[in-house]
Amino acid sequence: MARPMKIRARLVGDYTDIRVLMAHPMETGQRKVKGKLVPAHFIENVTVKVNGKTVVDAQTSQAISRNPVFAFRVKGGAKGDKVEIGWVDNEGETNSLDAAVA
Amino acid sequence: MDEGRRVILRSAGATGVLVAALAAGLLKPERALAANWDKSAFRQKTAEDALKSIGAENAEKSSQLMLDVPEIAENGAVVPVEISSHIPGTTSIAVVIDKNPFPLISRFNFMNGALPYVKLNAKMGQSSNVRVIAEANGKHYVAMRSVKVTIGGCGG
Repeated sequence: MARPMKIRARLVGDYTDIRVLMAHPMETGQRKVKGKLVPAHFIENVTVKVNGKTVVDAQTSQAISRNPVFAFRVKGGAKGDKVEIGWVDNEGETNSLDAAVA
Repeated sequence: MDEGRRVILRSAGATGVLVAALAAGLLKPERALAANWDKSAFRQKTAEDALKSIGAENAEKSSQLMLDVPEIAENGAVVPVEISSHIPGTTSIAVVIDKNPFPLISRFNFMNGALPYVKLNAKMGQSSNVRVIAEANGKHYVAMRSVKVTIGGCGG
């Protein structure tokens, strides 16, 4: 489960800019190594919460690049708000991390 | 003799039903787990079917829906896609890459103050149109751009 994540959340004018980096192979299931298909392994769901409330609920496929990076924006916000981001992949593996808005 | 055969068949049939019911029951938890991922939509193989599966086959073109993609992507494994909807009441955004093996690549639902904005990196197997579909007040809107890919993204 050592798939690190990084979150950066900043207050930019009248919205909060949230960026997240997730380490994940995002295998498509179509790549071959020595003639053998590498099984698909990718993040299916990403959830972003601010102060415990879900703001973005995403479904993703194998066509998101390896080590996915997403940017989201949330209206308003204040320094110190808690941003929590979690993901679940097609093998049931999960990870989540929280960060404070700077 | 004939009657006996009937009885056996009948009981076999009943057992079959029971087994099927058990199997359905056993499968339930697994299905509940995967309910958050719209497999049927993500596994469509053409852009048209993918749009249909999310109910957006009659999406209206909108200049209020901004899609920022490079005209030429040197590396199909990482194509930056930035989407911002200025359509009031936008609650969801979907991304479709026409010529990818599975065109629907992601769907985002926005709530509780999230702006209908997302930036992501996508894989593109070859040059293709990229469409984004926004849903607002039960209607679908679409914006499209073409991206030329010089190196495909399927090799990883």
